[in-house]
Amino acid sequence: MMKKLSMATALCALTAGAGFAQGIDVKLGVLNDRSGTYADLSGEGSAVATRMAVEDFGAAEKGINVEVISADHQNKPDVGSNIARQWYDVDGVNAIIDVPTSSVALAVADITAEANGVLLDSGAGSTSLTRDQCQPTTVHWTYDTAALANGTGGAVTKAGGKKWFFLTADYAFGHSLEENTMAVVKDNGGEVVGNVRHPFPSQDFSSYLLQAQGSGADVIGLANAGGDTVNAIKQASEFGITQAGQSLAALLMFVTDVHSLGAETAQGLNLTEAFYWDQNDATREWSARFEEQMGAKPTMVHAGAYSATMAYLAAVEALGSAEDGRAIVAKMKEMEFDDPLFGKVTVRGDGRAIHDMYLFEVKSPDQSEGEWDLYNQISSISGDDAFLPMLEECDFTKK
Amino acid sequence: MSMQQTEIAAASPAVNDAGMSPLHKMIFLVLLAFLLVLPFVVYPVFAMKIMCFALFAAAFNLLLGFGGLLSFGHAAYFGGASYVAAHAAKVWGLTPELSVLCGAAAAAFLGLVIGALSIRRQGIYFAMVTLAFAQMVYFFALQVPFTGGEDGIQSVPRGKLFGLISLENNISLYFFVLALTFAGILFLYRVVHSPFGQVLKAIRENEPRAISLGYNVNRYKLIVFVLSATFAGLAGAIKSQVFQLASLTDVHWAMSGEVVLMTLLGGMGTVFGPLLGAAIIVTMQNYLATFGAWVTIIQGVIFVIGVLLFREGIIGVISRWLKRPL
Amino acid sequence: MGQLLLGLINGAFYAILSLGLAVIFGLLNIINFAHGALYMAGAFVAWMLLNYVGIGYWPALILSPLIVGAFGILLERTMMSRLYKLDHLYGLLLTFGLALIIQGLFRNYYGISGLPYQIPSQLSGGQNLGFMFLPNYRGWVVVASVVVCFGTWFMIEKTRLGAYLRAATENPALVGAFGVNVPLLITLTYGFGVGLAGFAGVLAAPIYSVNPNMGADLIIVVFAVVVIGGMGSILGAIVTGYMLGIVEGLTRVFYPEGSAVVIFVIMAIVLLIKPEGLFGKEAR
Repeated sequence: MMKKLSMATALCALTAGAGFAQGIDVKLGVLNDRSGTYADLSGEGSAVATRMAVEDFGAAEKGINVEVISADHQNKPDVGSNIARQWYDVDGVNAIIDVPTSSVALAVADITAEANGVLLDSGAGSTSLTRDQCQPTTVHWTYDTAALANGTGGAVTKAGGKKWFFLTADYAFGHSLEENTMAVVKDNGGEVVGNVRHPFPSQDFSSYLLQAQGSGADVIGLANAGGDTVNAIKQASEFGITQAGQSLAALLMFVTDVHSLGAETAQGLNLTEAFYWDQNDATREWSARFEEQMGAKPTMVHAGAYSATMAYLAAVEALGSAEDGRAIVAKMKEMEFDDPLFGKVTVRGDGRAIHDMYLFEVKSPDQSEGEWDLYNQISSISGDDAFLPMLEECDFTKK
Repeated sequence: MSMQQTEIAAASPAVNDAGMSPLHKMIFLVLLAFLLVLPFVVYPVFAMKIMCFALFAAAFNLLLGFGGLLSFGHAAYFGGASYVAAHAAKVWGLTPELSVLCGAAAAAFLGLVIGALSIRRQGIYFAMVTLAFAQMVYFFALQVPFTGGEDGIQSVPRGKLFGLISLENNISLYFFVLALTFAGILFLYRVVHSPFGQVLKAIRENEPRAISLGYNVNRYKLIVFVLSATFAGLAGAIKSQVFQLASLTDVHWAMSGEVVLMTLLGGMGTVFGPLLGAAIIVTMQNYLATFGAWVTIIQGVIFVIGVLLFREGIIGVISRWLKRPL
Repeated sequence: MGQLLLGLINGAFYAILSLGLAVIFGLLNIINFAHGALYMAGAFVAWMLLNYVGIGYWPALILSPLIVGAFGILLERTMMSRLYKLDHLYGLLLTFGLALIIQGLFRNYYGISGLPYQIPSQLSGGQNLGFMFLPNYRGWVVVASVVVCFGTWFMIEKTRLGAYLRAATENPALVGAFGVNVPLLITLTYGFGVGLAGFAGVLAAPIYSVNPNMGADLIIVVFAVVVIGGMGSILGAIVTGYMLGIVEGLTRVFYPEGSAVVIFVIMAIVLLIKPEGLFGKEAR
């Protein structure tokens, strides 16, 4: 293995940049939550999606030998950084894929830069990855809190939901989602009438919902994730909050969460995603293949792992080597991708992947024709509007 | 080695083994030799993680195995110190050895405050009080800004030892960690086998008798509590230097549970048990990570089997076979 | 006012769970760390009954606790019975391990995002009480919990069977000498305590999403409730359960971030001032 690697390196050194792609060894590590809150929306599904990408890219035919390994970071930064270090230092991993949970993603981003690997992040939402903690080896593919805030927050405020009350998970991710959305709401002429921060994770939201109800807000923004969001929505419906005229805006929600709530409870909810399985023929075809292996429809995180891997492999093929992470990411920033799942994608100088985001509404039970037939697409938001503008100091193409 | 045998020693029956027995000396030497070679065989960061947890478990064992006090809140000192050390290194720009000392000092202070309040209770109540305080420390860590919430303190610089030797290299850091943890473990060993340790044993076995012999039981308990907290803190502080990270994981109550698991698996009240227990658990977590959800199940099964069949822990069982304390 | 009521509803869950824990501790001297996992199992059994067998909420409310209880009896007979003569610590560790296994298994088969379970149609909707909107189902939770808790209290304190139980707690050998089958009594008690957890699980299923982690964080809070009430005190567990539900509810209004920690603050204070707990009989 080591011999093969060094031979490949030698070969690449000779042919660097010439577009040769003979016998390149690539090792991809899918690092995500396989047992906790995010196991369903990332987990094994992301590994499956990555392997599908390797196959669909035709890596073997193009002389790229790809090996995919995976591990569970348990949503703990220390576990995640330990695995990442070991992968780079010992196992010869070239790129780490997925990494949900912002705290872990930020830790892995640092290690990746140190090791000159590549981080293809699909699962995490923190804007810090491409802002205050930006790295030349980070590519942030699928979504971030700002895009979610712009999508859901902007659309709901424009549609007349002017007064907002925030129900926020009391941790950094919740705070940043809240902060981003508040800014968007105010920009669109709305106002924030109050907020309450609940411990993470929580089971019972009735008390906070009652406070939200008493605030006289039009919209209750849920700046939390996973089980917290699901429980909050469930209980809002129980307490008749939506029936009484207030609407809910789930700022981060995945199709698996909606599935777990059921259309009955979740109907009418607005949410923003980068991908939905039932958008067009290409997404349907891919999602059907994914479902065969996983028994569930893919989330946008799975789709992101797939298309980020495709883009990465394209850059590797163009460079003829997977050794230099900085060069690969720089190459990705030069290229333009026409992805079956995400459409046109470019990678900005700071590592932020720019693609369209979509605003969806959850269907009512009589509209829904199957357990996964859950969304109506309301509008699409162009990538330039969805994501925050790039920070000058994070533009690595200029350095 | 016997210069500390003062008049207290005379009151303790088993004081003869205060010096290091030849068997223990041999094991320590073999262990040291093994650890000197280890970083060239396995991944150094992994080896450093084992050493941190070995020190943590040894510190915990001092309290549980020799002091007879089950604390269910040791994560507070481990994690608290790791935050302080990380902060010291990153924000104050201190050198590694000073940062680590800062962390340990913070843990000692925390141990003094919590210990002074907790030792007035016994058994399960003691465990619950320590748990309650640990939950408060966790809450504090979550709320105050300097800890960075659930992101933790990231990219802590490894810095230069005494301002001279760079620890960026894994191998040089390894020897720094090895020196600290090994010294820590030897110190704990020395404490256990000192007259002080003998008094502790006496208190554990029969508290009323120790009182009637004229010992200030609460003072002894407090000292052992603070010592245990300090070394748990030292372990946490080192960990934050190794991983360049201090996070909520280290203060969460599950971490308190983990150290109990390590100590019991290896054998509580033994010298080498906690070290082995820590090595096994860390190795398991490392190599089972790919199994995903099965990790918790496997851990659970080990717990159950351990409690049902090997209550003395692995070293405890071996020590019974050999008929020698280990 | 509304917040007080909500606190009471949460207290209802704490009360049932801590009651089960207190009963088990009182008789078996085991701190049942698997209680949260079995509460979760109760909710899952209800979901499985509905989705695999087509049995609805009301029968599940009886069946699910029975199934969980039977499972508990199996655990008690095969494992816990070996530990009675040992330190509390081992019982705690064993049940901690069991909790990990149970949670892990459910996680592997059902994933983590949770499964939907609808509120029974008889109890959907709610009442407008003037100061707040009270969902019928939550009202039912309080009623069910009060009935079960005080029913249990009555059984233990006032009936003959309860007298055996209490006597067996004090002196198992003596009670055995009177011809009472003490091991059987112990087994059934464990089954009953665990069944209570299962019952709470079914009650919770329609409100919270049915997911494998639902008991993991609850257990440590419930544990604190039992300690505050006084280990092994039945009435203490019930009253403290409701009381802490209310205290927590109020904290959510005035200092929401602190609602997760307030119970531990109270626990520390109570233990330092009155170590036997609010309703405990003797200091240890």
